Amino acid sequence: MGEAGKGDLRLVALTKSFETFTAVHPLDLTIPQGSFFALLGPSGCGKTTTLRMIAGLEEPTGGRILIGDSDITATKAYQRNVNTVFQSYALFPHMTVFENVAFGLRRRGDKDFRAKSHEALELVQLGQVSSKKPTQLSGGMQQRVALARALVNRPDVLLLDEPLGALDLKLRRQMQIELKRIQQEVGLTFIHVTHDQEEAMTMADSIAVMNAGAIEQLGDPATLYEQPRSTFVANFLGQSNLLKATVNLGGTDGVVTVRSHDADLEVSRSHLPDGASEVWLGVRPEKLRLGESGGPNHLRGVVRDVSFTGVATQYIVEMPWGQELTVVQQNDGSARAGLAENVTVSWAAEHGFALDASQAADAGAELVEHG
Amino acid sequence: MAWIRRHLVAFAAFAVLIYMLVPNVIVAAFSFNNPRGKYNYVFNEFSTEAWTSPCGAQGICESLGLSLRIGVTASLVATVLGTMIAFALGRYRFRGRSATNLLIFMPMATPEVVMGSSLLTLFLMLGVPSGTGAILIAHIMFCVSFVVVAVKARVATLDPRLEEAAADLGANPFQTFLRVTLPLAAPGIAAGALLAFSLSFDDYIITNFNASPSSITFPMYVWGASARGVPVQVYAIGTVMFLVALVVVIIGQVLSSRRNRQVA
Repeated sequence: MGEAGKGDLRLVALTKSFETFTAVHPLDLTIPQGSFFALLGPSGCGKTTTLRMIAGLEEPTGGRILIGDSDITATKAYQRNVNTVFQSYALFPHMTVFENVAFGLRRRGDKDFRAKSHEALELVQLGQVSSKKPTQLSGGMQQRVALARALVNRPDVLLLDEPLGALDLKLRRQMQIELKRIQQEVGLTFIHVTHDQEEAMTMADSIAVMNAGAIEQLGDPATLYEQPRSTFVANFLGQSNLLKATVNLGGTDGVVTVRSHDADLEVSRSHLPDGASEVWLGVRPEKLRLGESGGPNHLRGVVRDVSFTGVATQYIVEMPWGQELTVVQQNDGSARAGLAENVTVSWAAEHGFALDASQAADAGAELVEHG
Repeated sequence: MAWIRRHLVAFAAFAVLIYMLVPNVIVAAFSFNNPRGKYNYVFNEFSTEAWTSPCGAQGICESLGLSLRIGVTASLVATVLGTMIAFALGRYRFRGRSATNLLIFMPMATPEVVMGSSLLTLFLMLGVPSGTGAILIAHIMFCVSFVVVAVKARVATLDPRLEEAAADLGANPFQTFLRVTLPLAAPGIAAGALLAFSLSFDDYIITNFNASPSSITFPMYVWGASARGVPVQVYAIGTVMFLVALVVVIIGQVLSSRRNRQVA
């Protein structure tokens, strides 16, 4: 226990079961103080329940919650130094923006609530609307009020429950950058619950991908994306091409060859699960190249669809066995292909990842929500 | 012709308005009458006597005072009880909830004559003396129903997440209720209280069943007086009551329109 940082949040076998199902299976998680942490998963995966248990709004049926060395499991929401930015903002409609922000400080009898509240409103750039009612503000502004109201209390942990869900795309992008900036400025621990993989990857230092009440994989965004350990993670975080393959014996130190549809393909040994013989070989669409410049792995197919998206072009290439691979190629002047053209698709050994073939190839894919 | 057709709705509205307001205007006008004989049905000559000595008729101000006292007490007690019941019904799931919901509506659905007479029977059986006390118990009972209905409608629109947010920000349950729940439910509670007061103040039938000679409320006084000639003061007091109600309604309208303008 001694090695835990002073303000780290630790969940120890935290569980929530209802009469008929278990929303959160025993969950162990340490979130370092000052980090921006994301709980990512489809709706109903238990991420919001986990968040509400940390906030004290939901009572766990087992396990413990600790901040540093103090056990807060048995304390009530109002006794915890944890604040939440609610999905619907939950601003008090009968109070002004200033009164909303000052609410927490006043409950605590902070004499300096006026200065601190104004400072928090400045931080979210809302100093000029402090005497308005929340309903007079736009969605984006309400979101920032909700953030200021939570931030101003300098909580040990700040929880964000899908805070950008109600905003339109442009505003959401803007707020993502803003949130990240504010988090770095104030240095508080942020725990961000979202179903939007892009949002999680943009903002978080580390992400826990949740599925069916358990953590599927935990890591920094790049690792999760480049080396997913399950088809669920591979599909939930972006697109993947998954090829059924058998691991060949031998290979060199760094590289293993796998056989897939009569082709020998290389994959980094470190990207292969231990002892696996049947695998899904995965490659992200942007790692594939048209032509042979991508690396030693070659597959031939026919272009079935070309869609130009500006910065890139997306190709659908049909393999001889019927599977369609998605290739995303940057519009950087490299060779283009036309419809019905025969092409070679290539990629490097280190760009592939292998997953145990016992899982469904499309796990999680249908759960990705594009919002 | 076309002009009339275009403004038909306006005419209809105007006609309805007149229909509703004429009685009040007549009452106001006749409060300035100096009636010949005991009946105040024919305008005789202008007089301000009713307004300068409103207590001029014997017993009128005693009955008015009693009605006000009963109205205030009954509506206060009914508002407190009704608000608590409304929160219980609106917020919690408990055994007997739907039965309570049904029973709360009973006093509103029961004919007043039935309720008045059955209450009298009950009070006689239990040895509760007729009079102010019995009237109060009866008024509180039927007022509670109306308060519950008014407050419950408001509670249903309250977002429980606001209370979670308050708890999250460090407000204990009492502070949460005082600073968040109560202010948000206030319009419903105020509406319930006003409704309760006007029902209690106005009630004749149930009151009459349970009254004693020493507890003559204003409606009973007016009814009693009508047999032998209503004093002009009744017209003046009636006019004042109408004006007070009008002011309350106008204040309510102004407040809610201001709130709406903020929302827009």
